[in-house]
Amino acid sequence: MAVFFKRTKEIEGEIDEYLDCVIQAGLLFKQGIKHYLEGQQEDFERHMKQLDNLESQGDKLQHDIINKLYLHTLIPEARGDVLGILECMDTALNGTAETLHEFYVEIPEILPDLHKLYLDLADASVSALEHTVTATRAYFRDIKSVRDHVAKVAYYESEADKIADHIKKILFRKEIELSRKIHQRYFALHIEKISDFAEQVTDRLAVAAIKRSE
Amino acid sequence: MIWFFLISGLFLGWSLGANDAANIFGTAVGSRMIRFKTAALIGSVFVILGAVISGAGAAHTLGKLGAVNALGGSFTVALAAALTVFWMTKLKLPVSTSQAIVGAIIGWNFFSHSPTDMNSLTKIVSTWVFCPALAALFAFILTHITKAHLKSTKIHLLEQDAYNRLALVLVGAFGAYSLGANNIANVMGVFVAATPFKDLQIFSITLSGTQILFFMGAIAIAVGIYTYSHKVMSTVGKDLFKLTPVTAFIVVLAESLVLYVFASKGLQNFLLSHNLPAFPLVPVSSSQAVIGAVIGVSLAKGGKGVNYGILGRISSGWVSTPIIAAVVSFVLLFFMQNVFLLQVYK
Repeated sequence: MAVFFKRTKEIEGEIDEYLDCVIQAGLLFKQGIKHYLEGQQEDFERHMKQLDNLESQGDKLQHDIINKLYLHTLIPEARGDVLGILECMDTALNGTAETLHEFYVEIPEILPDLHKLYLDLADASVSALEHTVTATRAYFRDIKSVRDHVAKVAYYESEADKIADHIKKILFRKEIELSRKIHQRYFALHIEKISDFAEQVTDRLAVAAIKRSE
Repeated sequence: MIWFFLISGLFLGWSLGANDAANIFGTAVGSRMIRFKTAALIGSVFVILGAVISGAGAAHTLGKLGAVNALGGSFTVALAAALTVFWMTKLKLPVSTSQAIVGAIIGWNFFSHSPTDMNSLTKIVSTWVFCPALAALFAFILTHITKAHLKSTKIHLLEQDAYNRLALVLVGAFGAYSLGANNIANVMGVFVAATPFKDLQIFSITLSGTQILFFMGAIAIAVGIYTYSHKVMSTVGKDLFKLTPVTAFIVVLAESLVLYVFASKGLQNFLLSHNLPAFPLVPVSSSQAVIGAVIGVSLAKGGKGVNYGILGRISSGWVSTPIIAAVVSFVLLFFMQNVFLLQVYK
């Protein structure tokens, strides 16, 4: 039986490690955007590489967790939900890495007076992601508090939407080329998308939590 | 020749193992919380232990209802019960081995002009009504306790799953023990008065003739578990009632408790020694206990989706099963005595 609980502890550890990856990815993403806007290319690239590594690590952990859950037929009632949650979470994790990569490849020229708004947008999106992680941890340990964290994610997601809208309004009222407007808007949309991914995770979490509390 | 006579009892045992083990391990195996091999091993070992150690109580009550005193009679009574169960199952009518065997014994009483002990009969029949009700009550209380416990402790979902598996194994072992203790009377009870087995000394343990009889019946139950219960377990686990692993634990525990309280001489003595009302030792239906427990869980969750029609079907079985079994038993005894010239009573 000790071996049995050891296996459980091992997967629990892997889930926690995976969620730590997502938290770290959020922080690296925020820092990466900041470095990009401040023109610190070297620091930006360092963060981007770190984020790439984290994403690969996260992918490996996610596959390992799902394989073990199905191989050892653990949590038969909830593993479908857990699989869905982790897959959505992975989309969010990949979203952070891909967005930094887009910045690296396309080198968008962000207007200096919009820097603060881009930082705020990144901040709101990453906050949504962080609360998604807290909600997911709560799903595993403290089902009652899932709802509170889901509400926080919804708040940050709507904040991100507002900031992104604000950026677009400012951009499209500026006397600059349309291509530049569209390019910058496109990056606001990318950052905002992280909060949308986070919300998709919590949508699944909310349903899974209801199913578990029945 | 004795083995031939025992065949009907052993067949009853086999069908009990094939069907009723699913009431204990069905959900756990159906939902893949426990592997069938593990369930079958635990089920078989504990059914045998329960039957040999604690099987005497319920068998004694059945014996008081009618002491079938010739092996030919025991064979026919068990056969009548088995045929009734088989036939009613085929017609998809609610049936319980416990109720069929009681009817078959009453059939023998009529045929042999033996008086039916009305006191025992009343005790047995009232237990049939009490059994699902008690299971529902146990399940209702256990659901509230489990709910409160799960709310107050913040155990990781995976740890909860591991504890749940362990609990299902433990409660399954208890359930199998209780099933053996309570239901062995259905399988071998009618052979007790006519048992040809002598006491057997194995090292420091002495097995009485009745215990040897029960051991053989329990082996038949174990064979039933290994050979046929897998299919039934998958059906119970997936189709009939979709229980979560936690509710499966509650249902099996409630059912096992009911089977245990109606089989344990120790508990009866304990309650009587403290001037408390004791439970009669009577074989009860594990399937009806499970249905009672599922209703208890549903009531604890607000009573939504409870199929009260099933209670009516159970109640109809309380009347129809013993009557059909009594008639079948009477007719078979007549044939055995007059066509095959078999001594069916002394």
